[in-house]
Amino acid sequence: MKQNGLMIEAKDLTKVYTRGNEEITSVNNVSFRIDKGDFVSIIGPSGSGKTTLINLLGCLDNPTTGELSLGSRSIFGKGKRLSERELTKVRRETFGYIFQNFYLIPTLTVRENVLLPLTFYQKPDTEQEADKLLQLLGMGHRQDHLPGQISGGEMQRVAIARAMVNRPEILLADEPTGNLDTKRSAEIVQVLQELNRTVGLTVIMVTHNQELARSAGRMFEMRDGQIYPII
Amino acid sequence: MKITKWQVAYKNLLRKKVRSLLTVIGIALSAWVLVSLLGFNRGYETSLNRDIDNMGFQLMLMAKGCPYEAATLMLQGGAGLRYIKQEVVDEVVRQPEVEQTTPYLMAAVFDPNKGSSGGIAGYFGVEPQSFAALKSSLKFRQGKWFADENAYEAVMGYEAAELEQREIGDMILMPEKNVEFKVVGILNRTGTQDDGTTFIPLKTAQKVFDKPGEITTIGIKLKKGVDSARLEEKLYKIPDVQVVSLSQVKDTIMSLISTAKVMVLSIAIIAILIAMVGVINTILASVWERFQEIGILKTIGAMPWDIFRLIWTETLILCTFGGILGIIMALILARVTDILIRSVLPYAPGGGLVVIDLKLILVTLAAILGIGLLSGMYPAWKAGRIRPLEAIRGEVGR
Repeated sequence: MKQNGLMIEAKDLTKVYTRGNEEITSVNNVSFRIDKGDFVSIIGPSGSGKTTLINLLGCLDNPTTGELSLGSRSIFGKGKRLSERELTKVRRETFGYIFQNFYLIPTLTVRENVLLPLTFYQKPDTEQEADKLLQLLGMGHRQDHLPGQISGGEMQRVAIARAMVNRPEILLADEPTGNLDTKRSAEIVQVLQELNRTVGLTVIMVTHNQELARSAGRMFEMRDGQIYPII
Repeated sequence: MKITKWQVAYKNLLRKKVRSLLTVIGIALSAWVLVSLLGFNRGYETSLNRDIDNMGFQLMLMAKGCPYEAATLMLQGGAGLRYIKQEVVDEVVRQPEVEQTTPYLMAAVFDPNKGSSGGIAGYFGVEPQSFAALKSSLKFRQGKWFADENAYEAVMGYEAAELEQREIGDMILMPEKNVEFKVVGILNRTGTQDDGTTFIPLKTAQKVFDKPGEITTIGIKLKKGVDSARLEEKLYKIPDVQVVSLSQVKDTIMSLISTAKVMVLSIAIIAILIAMVGVINTILASVWERFQEIGILKTIGAMPWDIFRLIWTETLILCTFGGILGIIMALILARVTDILIRSVLPYAPGGGLVVIDLKLILVTLAAILGIGLLSGMYPAWKAGRIRPLEAIRGEVGR
């Protein structure tokens, strides 16, 4: 669901890692903008820099140079660098994250896993969000199960519910279907499309799977640290 | 409805049940040692004070020799090795500071029927009137004191009677001397060495042990507020006697016991240190195992302090369970601890040596929690510093 207004803007974003004496430019002068309600997919081969880029966009890491802003708020750039504490604040107010490995807490039930973010930070009027999301994602009947008792596709649905419980503005999905079969992968992408369409959630998804990537409204490809629009 | 940090921490500990249980047991053992030690510190002194108070007098006069050996023998119901003339009592009574006196003749005989290979049976020759007046704590379970100071009658302490299954009217044979005594009284339990003693009339004892006009000890009760040191000085003028103040005896025994206390305290400190290392190891291992999970908690909104508190809460739960378990063990096993301590001490007063009360329980629990929280600080701090990006990349163990 395309909406008006700037969500993320990157200008000349660069990330350089040092490994031993070698410097590796993982993201090289990337500039692009994502608007509210965009569903963006980023594809590319391993080592192309797509995960590094999504980490920079999701404030999980600071860029080496360049500028990044969220809406009208400048996050990095012109000598500005956020502390770990400030990054955490930005992350919990703005982003939801899902990963290839789900990272659910095995000793907590499905419902408790979804409620977990609220233990640390809770936006107003989100009390009923966990139950609504579990219903929406078809996991209501599984809410008292432990992660070990549900399938991979269901685990990713729980991870999505957990990411959504604080009503983030942007959902970052790093290889969300990497551990799932074709059918479950399609289901997860469908869920993301639904959320994008129904609640206007901005989604940025990194994937290897070209077919799934085409489900997004906008598609980019990363090659050698640089980004190229495809759709 | 939210899930609390307590629930998250508690459920995390259930993940590795055996490891958590072993850590709790480690903490429980150190809590047990600690509460037993502190209980011993308190119980020993209380019991010693009660034993000495129950003696009914503050000074003992006896023939010259090692005063502490004599005093200890007396407390243990053994035999004094030297004798003084009974006339000395008159001289002591004349002193204005003295309220009451009682002369003793302590003797011991070998009883081949005692224990598996025989043992020493202690007999106290006492004057019923003066002895009973001083020992107001002695109460009869059955019977009364001897009718006649020359009678062949005996009053048995609670344990002495229990051990030989004696009742009023029974005849007992004094080994070695082959003299029979009629049991006329059995005392209530006092928790002191009197429980294991058999009392006979002083004159009869002097006859049986062939010590006419001789005694081993005079117990002296002082008037209230008098200067004990001044009286001791005066009594020392009597030839060939020495004066033992029971407060000095107490101080000496306590200083001897302090060595044992230091040893037990050292063991307790070592046990606590081992438990601390165990807690640090368990929590640290649990942090490294959950490195990625902790990183993910940070991506979903946890601040470093939230993670610190979460890990600290796990330590607190382990220490609370361990502390409570250790205290329960100490309460249940207090009697066993008592027997163990008694077997290694040179002298132990009657009554409970390990006294555990509510205050001690709370102090121990607070100490265990304090130590536990201190141990949990490092792992909690390390966990709080985990960066989400490192966790996602799986860069464990920096």
